[in-house]
Amino acid sequence: MGNKQTTFTEEQLEAYQVMLESEEQRLHGRFRELAPHLVPLDYTNNPDVKVPLTLIVTMPELKENPFRERIVETFSEDGQGNLSFNDFVDMFSALCEASPRELKTIYAFKIYDFNRDNFICKEDMEKTLNKLTKGDLTAEEVALVCNKAIEEADLDGDSKLSFADFENMISKAPDFLR
Amino acid sequence: MLHKNSTLSYCLQSTKIHCLLLVFAHTVREFFFYRKEYKLFYQKILLICLFIPFLNESMSFLGDEQFEGGNKEKRHREKRRDGSKDRRKRANAKRRERSRADRENEEFEERLGKREKGRRGRVKNDQEAKKRDEQDSEDKENSEDKEVKPESLSPDELEKLKEAVDEKKKLIQSLRGKPWPMKKKLVTLQETLRIQSHDDQDFENFKTACIPWEMKIKEIESHFGSSVASYFIFLRWMYGINMILFGLTFGLVMVPEALMGRPYGSIPRKTVPRAEEASAMDFAVLWDFGGYAQYSVLFYGFYSNQRAIGWLKFRMPLSYFLVGVGTVAYSYMVVIRTMARNANESGVGDDNSFNFSWKMFTSWDYLIGNPETADNKFASITTCFKEAILEEQESRKDDNIHLTRFLRVLANFLVLCCLAGSGYLIYFVVRRSQKFALDGFENHTWWERNEVNMVMSLLGMFCPMLFDVISTLENYHPRVALQWQLGRIFALFLGNLYTFIIALMDEINVKREEENIVKFNITMWEASLYNGTVSENFTASPITIHPADVPRGPCWETMVGQEFVRLIISDTMTTYITLLIGDFLRAVLVRFLNHCWCWDLEAGFPSYSEFDVSGNVLGLIFNQGMIWMGAFYAPCLPALNVLRLHVSMYLQCWAVMCCNVPQERVFKASGSNNFYMAMLLVILFLSTLPNIYTIVTIPPSFDCGPFSGKNRMFDVIHETLESDFPAWFSKVFSYASNPGLVLPFILLMVLAIYYLQSTSKSYKEANVELKKKLQMVIQIMKIILLLPTTVNNWRNNNASFQGQEGEILLPKSRQLENESYSCLIIQTYCLRRKERVTFFSKKTYDNEVKKKSFPVVFSF
Repeated sequence: MGNKQTTFTEEQLEAYQVMLESEEQRLHGRFRELAPHLVPLDYTNNPDVKVPLTLIVTMPELKENPFRERIVETFSEDGQGNLSFNDFVDMFSALCEASPRELKTIYAFKIYDFNRDNFICKEDMEKTLNKLTKGDLTAEEVALVCNKAIEEADLDGDSKLSFADFENMISKAPDFLR
Repeated sequence: MLHKNSTLSYCLQSTKIHCLLLVFAHTVREFFFYRKEYKLFYQKILLICLFIPFLNESMSFLGDEQFEGGNKEKRHREKRRDGSKDRRKRANAKRRERSRADRENEEFEERLGKREKGRRGRVKNDQEAKKRDEQDSEDKENSEDKEVKPESLSPDELEKLKEAVDEKKKLIQSLRGKPWPMKKKLVTLQETLRIQSHDDQDFENFKTACIPWEMKIKEIESHFGSSVASYFIFLRWMYGINMILFGLTFGLVMVPEALMGRPYGSIPRKTVPRAEEASAMDFAVLWDFGGYAQYSVLFYGFYSNQRAIGWLKFRMPLSYFLVGVGTVAYSYMVVIRTMARNANESGVGDDNSFNFSWKMFTSWDYLIGNPETADNKFASITTCFKEAILEEQESRKDDNIHLTRFLRVLANFLVLCCLAGSGYLIYFVVRRSQKFALDGFENHTWWERNEVNMVMSLLGMFCPMLFDVISTLENYHPRVALQWQLGRIFALFLGNLYTFIIALMDEINVKREEENIVKFNITMWEASLYNGTVSENFTASPITIHPADVPRGPCWETMVGQEFVRLIISDTMTTYITLLIGDFLRAVLVRFLNHCWCWDLEAGFPSYSEFDVSGNVLGLIFNQGMIWMGAFYAPCLPALNVLRLHVSMYLQCWAVMCCNVPQERVFKASGSNNFYMAMLLVILFLSTLPNIYTIVTIPPSFDCGPFSGKNRMFDVIHETLESDFPAWFSKVFSYASNPGLVLPFILLMVLAIYYLQSTSKSYKEANVELKKKLQMVIQIMKIILLLPTTVNNWRNNNASFQGQEGEILLPKSRQLENESYSCLIIQTYCLRRKERVTFFSKKTYDNEVKKKSFPVVFSF
């Protein structure tokens, strides 16, 4: 596979093993066009470059997503939303259609867990709901929905959703991973 | 063409009054039920107004539709582009994922003890060195990955993942082994992967794109909720039915007659009479379906009674009769079949155990990349939540049951009083107008002549409002309230139907008397003609008289067809004008006068109108009833209706999106629409009754239509049986139609229906029972599924614990409060894992139970 190795060394290519060269190039291209002034064209020496959150969320794939900031934050190594190229590739692989359900569930849980306490508690749900409906529901309605959701999905009775609860609930959803 | 002595004639003349009254009613109703303003639609209205500065009745919707359509097209294309981009991205990321899974795989192997620190070799073709490189770099990657991944990925899941990865690895290995150029490998790989996952989705997309108006309806549903969308789905369904009816009448009746029958002007029934010739082409006459329109394939009278026409020997009268019967039979079949299917669907139901959580966590579609689609999605999620919240609130509501019951009984009593009163009023007015008709209308005042129409219009205007007020007493769920409202207005409209049929019957009787006189006159006329020719002693034997000069009967069938066509046209016009004035004009006025008015028009009195689901559904149903009633006498009716429904679809979709606001309480319509169907069935039954009555009891006109010259219309069947079938067949048929055979057959059918119904009831009960059991099994499954994680967590928390007694708080379950089940489950689980299970003694257990709500204590 070594005909065009201007941007990647042999090792990197082998590390990404089956990811075909052109696709890698494409992703790199996408990454670079977000911040042409930050990302170098030459990636052979693995530079430590990070693209800030504000630039990532302008991607067409994320632009309309109500959870875009959360998604980027979840995938960023430093938790602030700055993505290195590896994080970027990670994000794409997790969000792609072919990634396994289990993986998606894990990331979905992380995305919805706004305060990162490994539980989806009521505040997280309220935030989720307000993002989903652009704040069109009244406070009472939001509270009602949160209570109902907890009542439905919480199996161990601690009035917040652990990962096990979440996984159990989402694995039965008809819409998840269509 | 209108007969003077009929109440009907005024029906059509007063359409204008009717229309104005309706508009007035609309406004008045909104005065009482004005709703809050809705900001989303200001922009749209502004946009529409910019594009159509001058409202032209017929052109406005067309112009706008094009505009909207173009817009949508663009949107669609954009979405497609987005979709393809996404797909590419996905394919791309999929490969990425595979590499990642490979890494995981290797990490797993490494954990098993294969780890060895390799020195870096730079030899390119050395496979081993390469592999070590790989591992090294993967180590690097993994160290990043591990941070992101929670520890709770159980060995089982890892195993599964491994398998999937192995499969893909194999595929890639096999590809690698082939001596193809890189490009070919790439293409093959892409294709294999695409076939695995994308084909289904593409096909689904294609299927959705094929359903007519699906996008429009989805858009409306996202903004206005499923109740409004249910009307449009019903409209679309109706359109499909009418297309088939239209195909039947057009293909088997109108086209054969037009192509193979005798041409216009060949016989008297196909010619405009001399007296009408002068005005036959006038627009006013044509608009009224007189003149040339009356003497064309559009109406019953044009068809000739030749047994077979054209080189195909097409049996025209038979075809006409069978198509008439066939349309009704087909409609029955479709309506009943749809009802049955809907009942099936509603019987199974969805699993709603995680209704709210699913809505919250899985409703966003991550593939959306288009701003407008995203807006729609936001709206639809909000609507969906509102519907669910409403359902929840309604189910929680437990007011004073006695008070509610009393109020409901009271409301029903009031409504019944209303209906009885209006029924009597209609009966009284119709009787009175019949009396007036006998005296001759000229002697009476304007009010007395238009009494029936005015009363009908006023009742149709005020009674629904009254019902609306009364229904607020009842405190029903809005969906149930809508059904009650529909049922009540339906009962009221039946009065309308009743007057119409009475008037029509009167008219038919008058025409038949007239026909008798004409018949007598014609014999006289022929005799005089014959005498005249004899006296002048012409040698030419056939007397050539232009067909326009031949005197002819009134042809009551064509008259009935014309009445129906006129009714449909006036009804359509009323609907459209009401829509344009009541909705569009009002929205424009409210929007633009708001700047210079003393109070807030948008939030205050006129506001924007809501979509009136019940009124529109009833309009549609009654319109269809008219079609079924009139289609036998005017074969053009299905065609007209298809046209009307088509225009309605676009016009109403546009009107809803640009000038209506969503209801304050958005509620979830029952998915099946079976209530609409039931009403449709009733109307279908009611509209076939008069048809059957006229066909069976009234002899057809003697000089027009395919059955002229026969004693009854259904004689055409006898005739065909006798002349076109072998003798034994008609014999068998006559035996089969013997009452001695028919009556037992009917009895058998009734018995079969009874039997089937009782079995279906028992099935339903069994279904409910099974559902309960299934629920229980699901609860048990939940516990079993969660047990590994619970046990694992517990172990992790008590790492030092070895062989002691401990306790696990089992997941609480609402339905399964029986601890013996749980004990059993735990026992089974532990046995399977070859772990020792020791339960506490009964006494300790009891103590534990007392302490906590539902603990099961055991040790390893």
